[in-house]
Amino acid sequence: MRIAVCIKRVPITGGRILLTDDARAINTQHLGFTMSPHEECGVEEAARLIEANRGDSVVLTLGPPEAVEQLRDAMALGVDRAIHLQTDGQEWDAEATASALLEAISADEAANGPFDLIFFGNESADSGGFQVGIRVAYSLGRPCVTGLKKVTLEGSSVRCEQEVEGGRDVYVVPLPAVLTVKEGLNLPRYPSVPGKMRARSKPVAVTTPTRPAPRLELVRLAVPAGQGRRAESLGIGATAAPAVVEVLRQAGVL
Amino acid sequence: MNVLVLMESGDPSRQALTLARKFGDPRSVRMDAIQPFAPDALAAALALAADQLNVSAVFAAGTDRGNEVMARLAARTGLPFAANCIAVTPGDPVEVTRLRWGGSLLEEGRLHSPRALITVAPHTVPADTGPAPAELDLKPSAGSDLVVRVSDHVAPANGGVSLTTAKVIVSGGRGVGSKEGFAIIEELAGLLGAAVGCSRAVTSAGWRPHTDQVGQTGTKVAPEVYIACGISGATQHMAGLKGAKRIVAINSDPQAPLMLNADYTVTGDLKEIVPAITAEIRKRK
Repeated sequence: MRIAVCIKRVPITGGRILLTDDARAINTQHLGFTMSPHEECGVEEAARLIEANRGDSVVLTLGPPEAVEQLRDAMALGVDRAIHLQTDGQEWDAEATASALLEAISADEAANGPFDLIFFGNESADSGGFQVGIRVAYSLGRPCVTGLKKVTLEGSSVRCEQEVEGGRDVYVVPLPAVLTVKEGLNLPRYPSVPGKMRARSKPVAVTTPTRPAPRLELVRLAVPAGQGRRAESLGIGATAAPAVVEVLRQAGVL
Repeated sequence: MNVLVLMESGDPSRQALTLARKFGDPRSVRMDAIQPFAPDALAAALALAADQLNVSAVFAAGTDRGNEVMARLAARTGLPFAANCIAVTPGDPVEVTRLRWGGSLLEEGRLHSPRALITVAPHTVPADTGPAPAELDLKPSAGSDLVVRVSDHVAPANGGVSLTTAKVIVSGGRGVGSKEGFAIIEELAGLLGAAVGCSRAVTSAGWRPHTDQVGQTGTKVAPEVYIACGISGATQHMAGLKGAKRIVAINSDPQAPLMLNADYTVTGDLKEIVPAITAEIRKRK
């Protein structure tokens, strides 16, 4: 079985987002980075499927040279190798990201055969475009099921559960397929020390795609005004309990 | 000019209609027009209708279904797509303001496209109160567009009060300290008829199931009262709290972001404060 999983490097924003002087990016000077949460579950799912069925797994990302950290993280969870579509750190819109990933996936498939499954996050944590996986699926002419909380292989098909209001909708689609997943699909393992050691020597192929002019062009970012909550202190320690109960009473929930 | 709107039941679609009217006279396709739900078939129908009416834009609500079908329409027609917008100005390019980071950040952008594909972030603009737009009849779908379709439904696991509809949520973060530490949270929640929530740190540690997680990648909630115990208030968590009427934060660190963004705060050890609240309610009952 062959599986690909696409991830994105995003900052760990903490409690308050600060922007760069030109307001075109988040000031990440004092921030750590991670892969988008949904995608971490995609990586875990790919690793589990390859452990159970054997084969080849590949993690792809489009991002700056530092994004190799997230590729190593994915390989530490069990993915076999990586393809890094290296950028100079400029923002790529979803359409351009999808076409660069498509090119890399198609090149790998030409050399090694088709992927049975390609995983994406349902949407990235930062730009939240909800479309990269779907665009790649359309270009490949493969079925795509989105927002998945459970994935089960059933012979040459895959059974997919999508969370909706009032339960889950089920889809069964033939392989090869493209799946976009959400956090909660599984609980990603904590990378082991041997896993991290092995990840260091796993292969990372690098390509440098050319960034097209974005058709969804980022002009400026802004931090929205706060909700104006007044942060009224009800006191310190257990002595504040009656005041909390009074808030509940006034809210009509007691 | 005509504009096409993909309509679901509920307010978010009426809100999308508000912005759609800026682009022209709206016609609509219903989200449930194809049963069972088959998103490729719906995207195909939208593409056909958009061409026939020569619309300047296609709108939908920024719901899971809305974003999904619009992304498929974008992929099928080779057009850019702006998800979760809160403001739009027609023109060439179309100017958009959209949500990033689940609403913790705004992006001002330009959409360069002969046909604007836009979803509107739920509950960010007023709902349209005008007459419902005329509905279009759809042609039968091609077989290849029905490969992805809902074939079954699984009922939700039956467990306690639902986060999405709860009037009160008692929620715990890293400060709760352990899986067992949630006993005092559950006790208070039980007494209040409340749902139990938690932060991402808690689900990542395996203390609570992901279904309890409130936040950008968990559930977005709108209770009358949200009691946050030992939650620092990362943007990931705050993105799920925007709909809460009152937030009570309990934390040992008075400078924690959630303490600065709550309506009411209690500073101190949640392991003493939460049982004291429980005892106080029992005393009054």
